[in-house]
Amino acid sequence: MSEVIVITSGKGGVGKTTSTANIGTGLAKLGKNVVMIDTDIGLRNLDVVMGLENRIVYNLVDVVEGNCRMKQALIKDKRYPNLALLPSAQTRDKTAVNPEQMVKLIDELKADFDYILLDCPAGIEQGFKNAIAAADRALIVTTPEVSAIRDADRIIGLLEANEIHKIDLIVNRLRMDMVKRGDMMSIEDVIDILAIDLIGAVPDDENIVIATNQGEPLAGDSSLAGTAYMNICKRILGEEVPLMNLEVNNGFFSKITKLFK
Amino acid sequence: MALMDFFRKKSSGDVAKDRLKLLLISDRANCSPEMMELIKNDIIKVISKYMEIDCEGLDIQITQTESEGENGHVPALCANIPIKDMKHGVKD
Repeated sequence: MSEVIVITSGKGGVGKTTSTANIGTGLAKLGKNVVMIDTDIGLRNLDVVMGLENRIVYNLVDVVEGNCRMKQALIKDKRYPNLALLPSAQTRDKTAVNPEQMVKLIDELKADFDYILLDCPAGIEQGFKNAIAAADRALIVTTPEVSAIRDADRIIGLLEANEIHKIDLIVNRLRMDMVKRGDMMSIEDVIDILAIDLIGAVPDDENIVIATNQGEPLAGDSSLAGTAYMNICKRILGEEVPLMNLEVNNGFFSKITKLFK
Repeated sequence: MALMDFFRKKSSGDVAKDRLKLLLISDRANCSPEMMELIKNDIIKVISKYMEIDCEGLDIQITQTESEGENGHVPALCANIPIKDMKHGVKD
């Protein structure tokens, strides 16, 4: 039985696409059959973060309109044979697809995949409604900022109104040094305010920028963010993984060790 | 460092948390500024029947309060109404 997970946030730029790419890659590394769907019609980005932008022939709108078969539009990731991407259309807009068509499209994929990840666009309009239409559960991405948390709260309300009750939180871009100083809300503060379950926290790690530059998701590598995303994937599979220490070691000795790296 | 913290005012993280809490209460209550204005005017009308109040200084907002019973916090309408003069006896 496959599970349909929507990754959403309300606010833009908090890391939905990066999270989708890394969770997709992580789940594939754990041996699951995964398809990621970019539902941001008109502003596609997941292909670039995955490094698959040169392999797009057909897209989501082509499948919905019957211009091609599903198999033709799916891009197999050469690095992980059990990972696929359904890219979005770049030259169309959100109204090209409606929620019923999304449900039908996703039903078609359920036979072949264990996990169907939906990268949701920012906002609460048509694109959001398309993305959540077929979802069994949701992952809310937020950063420890007033604006992002406010939007996340609104999204939680909308998801519940749409009968999606399995909602988990990812707190992204945490800077433990600032939390320690009291200049950033802590994970506990964010959970306290939003009152939903935490599935993972991802530190503000420059390796994410490097990975995105290269189109190579880092889930499962030795970096802090890579480990954090892998832990999230394991928790999605139901494993109990303790929260990792997010602190970047900037002490004297770590600086010395870095010199010799 | 600890001594510095002691003298410092509230940290910006705490400021953010407090602002968010208030913001979300009014977001969740879905209470528009127009509706708050109507409530305010009605309160002035009612209270004015019994005492003279300072309409300019009147302030109402939705905040959070500890609930008596089960689950912790509930939204509360908080009104701060400065009284100018207590009228004895009710005029009609």
